[in-house]
Amino acid sequence: MVEKTPILDTLTYILLIAGILIVGFPIIYAVIAATLSIENVSRVPMPLIPGDQFLINMKTAWVKGNLGTNLVNSFIMASGITIGKIIVSLFGAFSIVYFDYRLRTVAFVSVFCTLMLPVEVRILPTYEMAANLLGPFQGLWNTLHLDGLANWIAGHDIEVTLEWSLLDSYTGLIMPLIASATCTFLFRQFFLTIPEELCEAAKMDGASAMTFFRKILLPLSKTNIAALVVIEFVYGWNQYLWPLLITTNPKMMTAVIGLQHLIPAADDVPYWNVALAGSLLVMLPPILVVLFMQRWFVKGLVEREK
Amino acid sequence: MIKRSVFTSRTLPYLLILPQVVVTLTFFYWPAAQGLMQSVMRSDPFGQHSTFIWFSNFTALFKDPLYLKSIGITLLFSTAVAAVSISLGLFIATMANRALKAKAVVRTMLIWPYAVAPAISGILWLFLLHPSYGVVAYAIKRWFGVDWNPVLRGSDAMFMIIMASAWKEISYNFVFFIAGLQAIPKSLIEAAAIDGASPFRRFWTITVPLLSPTLFFVTVMNIIYSFFETFGVVHVMTQGGPGGATNILVYKVYQDGFIGLNLGASSSQSVVLMTLIIVITLLQFKYVEKKVQYTG
Repeated sequence: MVEKTPILDTLTYILLIAGILIVGFPIIYAVIAATLSIENVSRVPMPLIPGDQFLINMKTAWVKGNLGTNLVNSFIMASGITIGKIIVSLFGAFSIVYFDYRLRTVAFVSVFCTLMLPVEVRILPTYEMAANLLGPFQGLWNTLHLDGLANWIAGHDIEVTLEWSLLDSYTGLIMPLIASATCTFLFRQFFLTIPEELCEAAKMDGASAMTFFRKILLPLSKTNIAALVVIEFVYGWNQYLWPLLITTNPKMMTAVIGLQHLIPAADDVPYWNVALAGSLLVMLPPILVVLFMQRWFVKGLVEREK
Repeated sequence: MIKRSVFTSRTLPYLLILPQVVVTLTFFYWPAAQGLMQSVMRSDPFGQHSTFIWFSNFTALFKDPLYLKSIGITLLFSTAVAAVSISLGLFIATMANRALKAKAVVRTMLIWPYAVAPAISGILWLFLLHPSYGVVAYAIKRWFGVDWNPVLRGSDAMFMIIMASAWKEISYNFVFFIAGLQAIPKSLIEAAAIDGASPFRRFWTITVPLLSPTLFFVTVMNIIYSFFETFGVVHVMTQGGPGGATNILVYKVYQDGFIGLNLGASSSQSVVLMTLIIVITLLQFKYVEKKVQYTG
């Protein structure tokens, strides 16, 4: 760096390689285990030379873990969350930065406060909400005793139940997760750095708000959008608690949740080779997204700090 | 900061913010308000009647030895996860920053565990630390003579969820530390070197103080991660067991509320968690604001 320190430099590289190996070890080991037969994987210690059972294990995992359906579900959920979040936040940030209206501060603060309400701290009520979106209206109906009114109007007893359930649906998996304070912030911060002259020039040329948004703001936001695509895709794919709560139908299960059924039970044949083959397959899509879009991803991740 | 040049429209700004407001009201504020309300109510088992009972749920909660134990476990767990993943992340980032030539390659090789779901990290480590088949468990038994059994012994199970949670977070911390390290002006390091400071001394007296904002941010994010996002790790590896030894707060809310269907207890626990995250968030923002003033 500044002075020549050959010993320290060598040590640096040795420690660095050791660090990479330690971090990579669980995956390397899982890859080897996924290629072994059941006899070999349950030997202690397991042989470190890869076997030839990789495709067979993959196939077993695919069938046993119902990965065909689950991967599609995960993909729909992750893309839905990504696209939804980005659109909602782009519009939200545009509204907050480029318009002056009475409720602007209220809108901004209400978005800001969602930072403090992750799904983990409101598990049950959010589930109840998803189970019946019209629940609050039913509550209102009951407290106002509108049943009596309805009965009087109809002239006989009628029962009114308002129900709209999001359980076991893509909407239910996606919708509650698309409001995001962090994304809105990121776009807001970015919009604030865009020179005012651009907006003035566009207005002078007679561009409407939406034209300015489409023709100027959107192209300028490309890098930010790319970064958020990576972050939110990984976030969506790796969701655990929410899909666990609201899906009971095996057809709606996501891939990460489905892997649970591959973990060998205590008194079962220890099919760890199959469990790990399945795990590798399920972790692959987000890893590929991160690796291929690394540059934007790092930029986006680090910029969220500000 | 407000833009001087703005568009004027009566309805458009409201239309644009509407989707966000609708989703937040339905899935954030309404449930949060429900939770707050339920935490000061007691409802009968059939959900027909509920009575207002002030803070009885909370006093009961803080008298419950299981809950107090869970608080202790969570503190131990999150401190350990943050300590392991921050020190390893910082260590590797410092090394990578010194290695001038291979920086990009190293980053690629270290970044991908970020994309691994906590639950999948749980499966990987469940295998590595499996009492009969795991290679790390084998090494522990062989080298340290420990009778390793996470299925029966609480401390072993705790070690297991710490490893699985910390491993995944190393790469996240690494990304921030390497960015922070690269932002430190070279001239400062060079000046210190000319004054005769050794590389180690330079690290402790220049790098670490200048890295402290990043360190603070990463610590906060790690605490939030270990408090909330490690749910999948616990669910896959231990389900809170054995004997509640790994029953961290988030998992307990889920167990009491969703499995045990104890509405009052679960929602008062949620309120405690909510308060906690509000404090953390406000602290973070206060600090970040200071940092902005400091750097001008």
